[in-house]
Amino acid sequence: MSTAALPASSTTAQGSDDNLEPQRHGHGPRSSPLSRVTFVVLLVVLTAVFVGPLLWMFLTSFKTPDGATSIPPQLFPHPATADGYRPLVDTGSQTPVIRWFVNSLLAGVANSVIVTATAALAAYALARLDFPGKKIVFAMIIATLFVPGFVFLIPNYLIVNSLGWLDTLWAVIVPSAGGAFGVFFLRQFFSSLPMELEEAAEIDGANRWQTFVRVVLPLSKPGLSTLLVLSFLTNYNDFLWPVFVLFSPSNLTLPAGLSILQGAFTINYPVVMAGAVIASVPAIVLFILAQRNIVEGVARSGLKG
Amino acid sequence: MAVTAETRVGGAAAPVAAARRSRRASAPRTGRRSRPLTAYLFLAPYLILFLGFIVAPAVFGIWISLHDYDFVLPFKPWVGLANYVDLFTPGSRDFADFWQSMGATGIFTGLSVPCLVVLPLGIAVLLNRKFPGRTFFRAVFFLPYVLGVAVIGLLFRYLLDPNVGVVNYLLGSSIPWTTDLPWVWVSLVGMTVWWTLGFNATIYLAGLTDIPRELYEAAEMDGANRGQQFWNVTLPGLRPVLVFVVTTTILASANMFGQQLLLTHGAPGTSTRTVIGYIATEGLGSFRMGAAAAMSYVLAVALLILSLIIFRVFRDRQDES
Repeated sequence: MSTAALPASSTTAQGSDDNLEPQRHGHGPRSSPLSRVTFVVLLVVLTAVFVGPLLWMFLTSFKTPDGATSIPPQLFPHPATADGYRPLVDTGSQTPVIRWFVNSLLAGVANSVIVTATAALAAYALARLDFPGKKIVFAMIIATLFVPGFVFLIPNYLIVNSLGWLDTLWAVIVPSAGGAFGVFFLRQFFSSLPMELEEAAEIDGANRWQTFVRVVLPLSKPGLSTLLVLSFLTNYNDFLWPVFVLFSPSNLTLPAGLSILQGAFTINYPVVMAGAVIASVPAIVLFILAQRNIVEGVARSGLKG
Repeated sequence: MAVTAETRVGGAAAPVAAARRSRRASAPRTGRRSRPLTAYLFLAPYLILFLGFIVAPAVFGIWISLHDYDFVLPFKPWVGLANYVDLFTPGSRDFADFWQSMGATGIFTGLSVPCLVVLPLGIAVLLNRKFPGRTFFRAVFFLPYVLGVAVIGLLFRYLLDPNVGVVNYLLGSSIPWTTDLPWVWVSLVGMTVWWTLGFNATIYLAGLTDIPRELYEAAEMDGANRGQQFWNVTLPGLRPVLVFVVTTTILASANMFGQQLLLTHGAPGTSTRTVIGYIATEGLGSFRMGAAAAMSYVLAVALLILSLIIFRVFRDRQDES
């Protein structure tokens, strides 16, 4: 659907575009093949397609089981009820969603802090220090970026088991912190910093550690926060691994728990949607707060690759 | 030898020993000298994780794949390459199921990658102009991607419910979206496109912004119409981004697991069970870890070959132009 290649919706549109040209056109071609009306209609339809299902999920979570399955469907809950959320806040049940929520937040925060801290230290060494074996270490780390994650699935299960971490949050916090993305990402960031400030600090007598903590880290706040947010989301949303390494109802993270919730409440859709809503809230809030970090982090990872 | 950097720089400050030491440490930009020990200390925390959970398992996995490795049995006999040979021997225990699941992954990849390469490009072109709320719409299209596959799976299971789902209601149909061929593929691909389209669109958009505007102006002066500009300026300008998008999308599609577990449960029968689904259930469900490890290496090599082919195709195209 290459919109730009469409045989321009109409010549009149192009003509009118040219008049408004300076303010209206940013980065791309000078005038647009789509008339203003087509453009707005497209945007509205696409927005409905992307936001509609999420809105539907939210509205359904406040319906009664009958209301959620009525034909024709109810748009707004009638009667509105929070009953769908009741089984989820009961920590004694087989589906203690509130418990999974806490587990997921704990695991996500712990994992993203470990990823960012260890990656920052290593990336600084790789960006700024010289040491024997540097090239080999860096090449190895980069090489693993190209190894698909499923290769580690079976052996890491056995490693985690021998550490006694099966069915504990450690299993979802620690192993994925070995991934190379954070080091790669922060090394790029550190390398792009001007060297002069670090040199000035060293002339003032700062040692490596002081330079790193007082100069490099404060300058790298955008990069560090982007990595924190991205690794939190990755961990928070991870599905395959937690499904297999966590089993007790009280130890699950949300993604693993939600698949159990789906099995337990099959067509009690308000309960299932309430679980999905609870799981969505932290991700959506984080996205609203850190939208620029997330979108630009993703965009940059694409350009570098 | 006596003429060192410090003495040359200037007599005034030279005698101060401390200044001398720090200058010597920082002066040569090329050899930012520090004791290697310092560097190793900086690296150590990450390297422990890297060695423990990336390097060790990659090697350990090969070892496992050479054994009849059942997690719960005490004796794990060495079988050499038997686990690999079995995967290529018709009639063996895994042959039919493994290749069926490879086929399922292949179908999913073949259907979803073209959509996920082309549609996001359309969205990116649409967003690549200045208009009020541009950032807002970019965020809207990206929004589903920040949610996990578990949320998306539950949501689409409801939307696509054959009896009470809103999709069949809106279409006035009674399509068995989650239970019958070919609809299951439409559902799995559709929900994946909806979920991840914003990711690729964002990468395209960054690539589009980097194409110098002068190129469009020059093309226009040469009389190129909109379509010609797209083919001759936009697409070539996006080439590196395109390689990245195609490769990462293929890898992501080949990793498909959650969608089929949550939406179709592999149905009908096992026809939508992907290879990751098969590896996971055999390896971690039935604890046949030797066979599962062998399968994951076969899949990894297959993907590696595929990536190399893609790079070659794009490189050859580049040589032509």
